[in-house]
Amino acid sequence: MAPETMLQEAQDKSTTKGAQTVARPKGDGVKRDSQTPSTPSKPGPGMRSDSFVFGIPQNGLEHIEREVPVSEPPPLPQNSELTYVGKPTVRYDGPAKATGKGKYTADVHLPGMLYARMVDATIPHGRIVSIDTSAAEKLPGVRAVHVIEHVYGVSELRDPKLETPSRYPIVRYAGQPIAGIAATTQQIADDAAKLVKVQYDTMPFVVERNAARSPDAPVVFPGPADAAGSAGGGGGPKDVPQKGNVHGPQRRLKGDPEKGFADADAVVEAEYFTQVQTHSALETHGFVVDWKPEEVTVYASTQGTSSVRNEFADVFKLPKSKVRVITEYMGGGFGAKFGAGNEGVVAANLSRKANAPVRLMLDRRQEHIVSNRPDSHQKLKIGAKRDGTLTAIQLTSYGTAGVGTGAGTAGPATNLYKCDNLLTEEYDVFINAGPGAAFRAPGHPQGCFAFEQAIDELAVKLKMDPLVLRDKIDESPARRVERQVILERTNWRNRREAGADSGPIKRGMGIAQSVWYRFVNMNSSCEVRVSRDGSVELMSAVQDLGTGTKTILAQIVGEEFGIPPAQVVVRIGDTRYPIGPDSGGSITAGSITPAVRNAAYQARQQLFAAVAPALGTTADNLAMQGGRVVLKNDAGKSYTLKQVTAKLPTDEISARATRAPEYSKDRLTYGGVDYVELAVDTETGRVHIEKVFGAHDCGRPINPTGVISQINGGILQGISYALFEQRIMDPKAGYMLNANLENYKILGAREVPEIEIALVENYIAQSSTDAAGIGESAGIITLAAAIGNAFYNATGVRIRKIPMTPANVLAALGKAQPEVEA
Amino acid sequence: MADAPKMEFSRRGFLKGAGITAASTVIESANALARDAKDGLSGPQAVGPDAIPIKLRINGQEHAVTVEPRYTLAQTLRDNLEMTGTKVVCDRGSCSACTVWIDKTPALACMTLAVDAVGREITTIEGLSHGETMHPVQAAFVKHDAMQCGFCTPGMVMSCAALLERNPNPKLSDVKHAVSGNLCRCGTYPKVFAATLDAAQQRGQIADLVTLNTGTERYDGA
Ligand code: FES
Ligand code: FES
Repeated sequence: MAPETMLQEAQDKSTTKGAQTVARPKGDGVKRDSQTPSTPSKPGPGMRSDSFVFGIPQNGLEHIEREVPVSEPPPLPQNSELTYVGKPTVRYDGPAKATGKGKYTADVHLPGMLYARMVDATIPHGRIVSIDTSAAEKLPGVRAVHVIEHVYGVSELRDPKLETPSRYPIVRYAGQPIAGIAATTQQIADDAAKLVKVQYDTMPFVVERNAARSPDAPVVFPGPADAAGSAGGGGGPKDVPQKGNVHGPQRRLKGDPEKGFADADAVVEAEYFTQVQTHSALETHGFVVDWKPEEVTVYASTQGTSSVRNEFADVFKLPKSKVRVITEYMGGGFGAKFGAGNEGVVAANLSRKANAPVRLMLDRRQEHIVSNRPDSHQKLKIGAKRDGTLTAIQLTSYGTAGVGTGAGTAGPATNLYKCDNLLTEEYDVFINAGPGAAFRAPGHPQGCFAFEQAIDELAVKLKMDPLVLRDKIDESPARRVERQVILERTNWRNRREAGADSGPIKRGMGIAQSVWYRFVNMNSSCEVRVSRDGSVELMSAVQDLGTGTKTILAQIVGEEFGIPPAQVVVRIGDTRYPIGPDSGGSITAGSITPAVRNAAYQARQQLFAAVAPALGTTADNLAMQGGRVVLKNDAGKSYTLKQVTAKLPTDEISARATRAPEYSKDRLTYGGVDYVELAVDTETGRVHIEKVFGAHDCGRPINPTGVISQINGGILQGISYALFEQRIMDPKAGYMLNANLENYKILGAREVPEIEIALVENYIAQSSTDAAGIGESAGIITLAAAIGNAFYNATGVRIRKIPMTPANVLAALGKAQPEVEA
Repeated sequence: MADAPKMEFSRRGFLKGAGITAASTVIESANALARDAKDGLSGPQAVGPDAIPIKLRINGQEHAVTVEPRYTLAQTLRDNLEMTGTKVVCDRGSCSACTVWIDKTPALACMTLAVDAVGREITTIEGLSHGETMHPVQAAFVKHDAMQCGFCTPGMVMSCAALLERNPNPKLSDVKHAVSGNLCRCGTYPKVFAATLDAAQQRGQIADLVTLNTGTERYDGA
C-alpha cells in the first residue's frame, strides 16, 4: 500500500492493515509535527507516566509527560548524554562489504544449484497463441521449464469476463514474463531461453501517456482494472471510474477552492511534466529458491523478508511455517523489491520441478522493465493573499504507471502547507509498458517539482523572499529550524535578482522543501540473548537494504549493555528470527528500534535479577553506567559486563519484545529543506549543480554517519532524476529503447557537486528510541524542484519539464524545440 | 509473429549466444580482440565450443577451471570459482562493478573472456586484503562509510586502489576521473572521494586505525 495512497484514503483515523498500524497525518494537511504536549491524566492499568525529552535543541528542549506501558524501558536522554546512540558509528558490515565477503542473493551458491533465465514477451500487446518449449527442453543441461499461468504485480480487470479466456496471460507490455528455464549453467539457461518459440496474435498498443488519453487510443485493458499495492506501496485507488485508458480521478475536496481563488491577491497557474524513472538498483531483482517438501528456503534480494514469506505462502498455499526467507545482504531496492514477484514464483516452480535449488536473477534489461516511478503531467494553480497566506490549491494530474496504477502526485500539495481550500484530482493512464512500483517517496518528487516551483513563483509575484514566504505558510517547527540553518550556513543572503548574469553562463540558487510521514509497522520484533561468556546477540527478521539497519540495532543494544556496537552480534534478514517490518516508506528505523531496545532492556533486567544474589545485592540496586555495571548504593563498586554475566546461573538468558504502540496519537511528518547552487550554460543547455546544502530531520538520529550517507544518496538520486534519467519508449515498436545502463543515464562521479548536510535532532516522545527513517525525505523529493527554482534564479526562466537535458533546457530558454513530446 | 528476435544486441552477447553453433569462429574473433587490445594468445586457434581446461592466476594462486571459451572472466570467477566479491551489474561494460586488475591494470571482468585472461596476473577484491588486514583503500572506505548497499563497492575499491598504485597523491579530480565509470545507485560518491583521498594521505596506517566502533565523521547535528 503506497504511503501516498494511504494519505489519500479515508482521513483522520489510524488505519489498520493486518497488524500494520499506520500513523497517518490528517488529510486536511493541517496537522503537522505536533508540538503540543498533552496533559497527562492518571495512568490507566498497566501504564505509567514518565517524562520524555521533547522538541528541537535549537528551540530549547523541554520535557513532556507520556503515559506508557509499564514494561517500557526508562526514557532515553538526548543524544549528547548517550554513549553509542547518536554517535557517528562505523557501518557494522562495512568490512564485509569493502572486502567483497558479503553474500548477496546473486552470490548464493548451493550444492547442485541450477541457474535460470526468464523468458519475456517481445511484443507490447497481444494474445499468446502457443508456446513451444520443446527445443529448449532438449538442450543438454536444461533441467526444468516453467510457463507462467498468472502475471503478478500488474493491474487486473475488475470483471475478468470482459476478456475472452486465454490459456496464457494476455501480453500487455514488452518484457512481460512468460516462462523460466533452469539449467546447469547460466549460459545454457540463456541459450535455452532463446529457443523458446512464442507465437502471438498481436493487438494494437499505445506506449505514450498523452496518446493513451485520446478516446480512440488502443485500450490496454478492455474495462476498468486496478492494481494491488506491494508492502512498499505502488497501486492506486480502486473503485474510481475508468474511461478508455484513463483510470480515475481520485478526487479530494476541502473547503471551497473557487472562493479561495476569488479571495486571492495573487494566483499562479502552470503545467509541469516529469518523466518515468527506473529503479536501476545495482543488484537486479532475484531469488534463489530451494524447494524441499519439508521447507522452502528462499534467498531473496528483497526489502521485506516478511512480504516474501507472505506471498510465497499465499501463492503456493503453504503454511508460513514452511517458508524461510533469507536476506543477508541486498544490493539496493528503492521501493521496487517486495513480495515474491514473478521471478520468485518462477524460481520456486523451477526448483520444485527440478528438485534442486534454482537461482533466478533478472538481467539488466528486465530490471529496467520490472518497475518504475510513474511520469506526470500536472496542472497546478495556487492562490494567496498579499501576506502569503494560501487561499486555494488546485491540482490535476495525469501519470502513467504502465500496466499498473499509483501515479498520483498530490502528497506535497496536500500536506506541505496550511491551506483551507483544496481540490486535487489524480488520474492514472494505462499504457503498454512495465508496471510502476513504489519508488523512494512515491508521488512526491513529481508533486514537489510542480508544487515547490509554484510556491517560488508565488513568492516572485508577491515580491517576497522564498524563505520568508515559507516561514509564513509552513507550520513545521523542524523545517523552520532547517530554513534558519540554510540562511546561516549558505550563500542565501547574497541571492541576486533572477537572471542577473549577463554572460552565457548564468548562476543561481534555489531551495525546496519536502514532507514525509511517520509510518509504523507493528510487525517488529526482536530477541536479545546474553551468554555467560558475556556475548550479546540480537535477532530479527528485519533486513538491511544498505541503509545501515544492522548498525543502528547494534548501537541500541550496545547502549543498553555498555558495550561497543561492534561487540554485539547482529543476526537479521532471516524469517527464522522474530518477525521484522518490511522496509518501505521510511518505516524501518522507527518501527524496529523500539522493539530492539525493549528486548535489550528486558534481557538486561533479567540478567540483573539473575546475578544480583551472587553479587550480594538486589536487582534494583544494579545499573549500567559508563559501560560498567554499578551498585547504586556503593559508588566504589563496579563490574564489567563479562564479570557480571559470569555469575549467571544458566548458560544463557534471552528476552523478546515486540513494538509497543506509539506513545501518542499525534500524526507526525518529517521534512527537509534543500538548497542548490548551479550554473546554466545557456549556449549548450547544460546544467551544472555546484553545491547542495541539505537540512533534514528524522526524529532522533541513531547513527548520524548512516543518515548522512542516505541523504547524500537521496540528493544525488534527485539530481539524477532532475537532469538525466528518462525511460524512452519506441512509439512504433512499443518497447523501451534504453533498458540498459549506457543509454539510461544515471548520475556518475563527475556530476557530483559539493554536498553539505545538517541534521536537526527532533525528539518526538513517540517510542522508546524516537528513531525515524530518512530514506524518503532524504533529498529525492526536493532536488528537482530546488534545481528548478535555482534555474529560474539563474536565468529568469521557469523550467517546468524534467529531465533538464540540454534539449529541454534550450527549449525552455526558447532556443530550440522540446526534445520529447510530453 | 513467431520467435521474435531479442530486443537487444551486443557484440559480446552475440559472441556468447553464437556459441552453440559457431564457437570456433567466435574464438578466433575473441583472440583477435585480445590481440587488438594487447598481445593475447599466440595466434588464431580454434577452441570450443565445448568447455576446455584452462589455468588462471588469481591473487597469486593458480586455479584450474574448465570453462566454455565464451565464458567471461566475471562469470568464471563468480560461478565456477565461487569468488563472488566481483559483482556483475550490467554485464556489458557500462558500470564498472566487475572491475578487477589484469596485470595490475583495472579491467572489466564482464568484457574479458576467461580464455583471454590465461597467462595474466588477475587481482580481485578478495586478493586486495591480507587475512584480517584490509588494504588501506578498503579500510578508508569503512572508516568513511563509503558504501551503502555495497554492491558497487568492490568495483569502486578496485578502481580507487588502482589509482593509488599509479598516482600516490591524487587530487579530487583524479579520484572522480578514476571512478567516472563506476556507477553507484545509492549515491555514495562523496564518501568514496573522501575515503580515497584519505587513504592516499595515510597510506599504510589506516588499517590499524579502523576498528568497528570508532566514528570519525564530523556530526553536523546540534
Ligand atoms: S558488469 Fe562489467 S561493466 Fe557492468
Ligand atoms: S553502495 Fe549501493 S550501489 Fe553503491
